[in-house]
Formats: sequence, C-alpha cells, structure tokens
Amino acid sequence: MQRHNFIEWADQYLRGELKPVDAEEFEDFCQSNAEYAQTFEEHKSFLHTFKITEERNLFKAALMEESNKVGSINNQKDFGTKVVSFWSKLQINTGVAAAVAFISVFSTLWLTGYFTDVKKATSDYSALRREMNSVKRNVSAQNKVIQNINKNDNSPKETPTHFGATGFLLTKDGYVVTNYHVVNGADSIQLQNQKGEAFRAEIIHSDSEKDLAILRITDSTFKTAKSVPYTFKKQLADVGEDIYTIGFPRDEAVYGQGYLSSNTGYSGDTIAYQISIPVNPGNSGGPVLDAQGNIVGIISGKQKGIDGAAFAIKSKELIETLNRIPNESLKGNIVLNNKNSLNKLSRTEQIKKLQDYIYIVKVY
Amino acid sequence: MSKIKHILSTDISDTEIIQGIAQGDNRYINKIYKVFYPSIAHMIISNNGTDDEAKDIFQEAVMVLYDKITQQKFELNSKLSTFLYAVSRRLWLKQLARKGHSRNTSDISDFEDILHVEEDIQQHQEIENKFDQMNEAMNQLGEPCQTLLKDFYIKNLSMRDITDKFGYTNSDNAKTQKYKCLQRLKKIFFTIKIKE
Repeated sequence: MQRHNFIEWADQYLRGELKPVDAEEFEDFCQSNAEYAQTFEEHKSFLHTFKITEERNLFKAALMEESNKVGSINNQKDFGTKVVSFWSKLQINTGVAAAVAFISVFSTLWLTGYFTDVKKATSDYSALRREMNSVKRNVSAQNKVIQNINKNDNSPKETPTHFGATGFLLTKDGYVVTNYHVVNGADSIQLQNQKGEAFRAEIIHSDSEKDLAILRITDSTFKTAKSVPYTFKKQLADVGEDIYTIGFPRDEAVYGQGYLSSNTGYSGDTIAYQISIPVNPGNSGGPVLDAQGNIVGIISGKQKGIDGAAFAIKSKELIETLNRIPNESLKGNIVLNNKNSLNKLSRTEQIKKLQDYIYIVKVY
Repeated sequence: MSKIKHILSTDISDTEIIQGIAQGDNRYINKIYKVFYPSIAHMIISNNGTDDEAKDIFQEAVMVLYDKITQQKFELNSKLSTFLYAVSRRLWLKQLARKGHSRNTSDISDFEDILHVEEDIQQHQEIENKFDQMNEAMNQLGEPCQTLLKDFYIKNLSMRDITDKFGYTNSDNAKTQKYKCLQRLKKIFFTIKIKE
C-alpha cells in the first residue's frame, strides 16, 4: 500500500466515513502493521494540533474583535455610565434633600415672621374707625379698610359689620365732617351726640384721596345749633404745638392731649400731620384743636407698632375739599365760622362747650 | 450585543463561562469582557498603562485561561475574576519590568500574589509557541493548500465539495492534492520545530 493511500484511508477512518466493517479492517491493518500504526498516530496527533491551532486562532480572532468593539465602547461608556448611574441613584436623594431644604428654609422664615414683617412694612397704617358689633379690633380688618380706601371699592360685603367713629359739625346748619374710610360703603349713617340724640345723615361729598367725607344731617328733629364755637385754621400749624382731641373710641367721649410732632403724615404724606396723642379705633374723624380752640386737623389713623404716631389730616386740606364741592350737591353754602368763642376759655371749659358739636358716627 | 444579552442571562456563573469556552462558544467572550475587563483595565491604567496595553494584557490573560481550559481538565479553585485579575497583574508586572518601569508600580508589586499563576502563564507561553509554529507553517504553506486543508480537516467538507470548490477534474485529483498539501505542511512544521 502506498503511503498517501493509507493517509487517505486514515482520514476516512477519522472522519467516520467508513462502514463498521471497513473501520474494523483499518484497525486490524494498523495492528498488524506497526509501521503504519505509528504513521497513523503521528498523523492523528498532527491533525489534532492543527485543529486546535485553528480553534485557538478563531477564539483569538473573536477575542480581538470583541476587544476592539468593547474597548472602544468601554472607554467612552465606562465613565459615562458610571456618572449616569451615580446620578440616577442619587436623583431621589437629591430631590428629597432639596425639598427638605426648601421646606425648612421657608417654614423657618414663615415661623420667624419674615413674611409678615414684609407685609407689615407696606401696611402698618391703621385707620381708626371702630367696629361696633364685634369688640375685637382685628388688625387685618383694619388693613382691608385701608385697601378699600385706595380701591374706592363700594362692594357691600366689605362692610359686614357696622362701624363707629367720630365726626364734628362744620357749620351750625348740620354739615359734618368725618373720614372717608368711616362712611365708605355705608348703607346708612347715624350721628349721635353726647345727649343721646341720634340723627340720620347723608354723604354730601367724599374725597378718598384725602380720606375726608362731608355729611349733612337730614333729620328734621335736628335743630339748628348755635354757631359752632371753633374756627378752622387755614395755615399750617407749628410743630410742637399743644393740641388735643375729643373722640369716641367707646360710647363715651374721650379726651386726648398731646403735641404736633411732624408736618408730614404716614410715610411722608403731606396731607397730614403726625401728632402725638393716644388714639384708638373710633377716634377717626375727631377734631384736633390747638390751645386756642382752632381746628388744626382731623384724626385719620395711626402707624402700627410705633408709639405715639397718629395722623391727622390738615385743616387746610379740609378747606380745599370744601371748596371743591360742586354747588349742586349742597343745600345752602357751607359758611365756616370765623369767630372763635373758645380762645379765652380754660381747657375744661373748652371741652364742655365742644362736646355738643362732636358726634359718634355710626355706620350701617 | 443586545441579542447576546438576550440569549445569555445577565447573571452568569463562572462554570457556565468555562464550559462555554471549552465548547468553543464564542458568545461568552462578550460576557467575559463585560464582567471582568473593567476592573482589570482600571488596574492597568492606574499603573502607567494605556488603554491599548490594558486590552492586550486582558486578551493574553483570557488566552491563558483558554489554554488552561482546553489543554487539561480545568479545575477552578478560585473565582474566575480573581484568576483573571491575578494573571493580568502578573503579565502587566512582567511587561513593566521589560519596559524598566518597575519603580513606579509599587502599589501593585508590593502585594503578595493572590494566586500562583506563574505556572499557568508559562504553560500558556509554551502552548503559544507551539501554536505559533503551526501558524507559521500555515503561513508558509500558502494558498490554495491552506484553505484546502482547513476546508477538509476543520470544516469537514466532503471530497466532492472540495473538488467542486477548487475546480479539480475529479476527487482522486483532489485527494492527491490534499495529501501533497498535508505533507508539505508537516514538513514545514517540523522544520521550524527543529530550528527552534
């Protein structure tokens, strides 16, 4: 047998292409021919090496390929995925932390009154009308009152309660002045003097900018009074002047005394004076008189949180307002008294005389 | 890649990987890269290595594993990750020593070897040499012998297919050709072996 024929035979045997009989014959042949048996072993071992080499090459090639693929992805991805996963892991924690920080900051600010302080700074002006049917003097209601003045809002729901304040006669024929914020949105207005006589009144004119309202007593029971004892000061009063007021912070007239502390009112308001008289809700609309019994102003409000900072509208502004009232709305001219019958009297005498001309203004 | 992810479950045991390699399932290569490469790459890159060097070292480490698996009954007496890490570390230290960088690698060379992988590496290098001979022989053999032998012995194509593919007049002719090629390959292979 030729060598290459034997190799061919061996290949067929190794590949299992021989029939069982032929395979046996091959094995027998190998056993009987030691030389060929060795050749076969060599051939087998060589082929084994050959095959394994190829497999290994394939594996290596696959590894290379993967390395190029994975490696290049890895470089970009490696860091990226780490960062992304790090972020996604901590996203919730960060969110919660942010929310907690947010809440704690703002609740602390709220609890310590940071926001209320801010609000106060813009509206610590308090108008001094008095709520009659509920004794509580709700600060926020006062704030609303102020807002109403500026908005000129007459909606009835703004006055669910009725208010009390002070007013005083301008003339002997029944013209009365009080604050606009007192009568704003009023259904009806009653004036009551200290004797207990009550009169209905109507609004003749109102000036929301100056916070003034001119009323006229419409009741027939109102008797024309003796001429009012005081006069109205047309010039500015001097700072430091001794002044006093009578008002109705409760149902009795209350006297208050002090001095004129500044020529401007709340936050530089030139319409008003700053006065240092203890005033309370209900004092609104009350007259401010100087020692000689001249009306120098009308009490309108005070600044919350500051001691002794009350405000009174200048009498000069009142006269301007009176001059601006159109003639049609008047029944007879308003002629202000120019004869002062108080100037020689002592303070107590002045007050006694005055009391008849000062009214509680009740607004329903 | 997503396809492979789908075929192979994400959580894969060391034994599965070893079996996969033993059976020549190259899909596991991807898995190996995913699971073991990052830590090794980190180790090499943080020790004066580049990306490419990391890849080379990792490839060689995997080949050490491959040789270990295919050459003898492989018994895993540590975690696969530990084995690959130890081999990679050893290989990298060697490479660094060759480059004369040894003083900068204190942080990995100071530790004791986790595993004694020296033997495995040596064995791998012997095998590598052996296979290099075969590869060299195949290279020298040239075409069409190379393809013919591969087709017959590796791909197990029939003599008829080979006759058709290479355009021989009949299968006897093909057989003769195959025999001649094989003889030449053997000759080249053993010549190289003697030389070395």
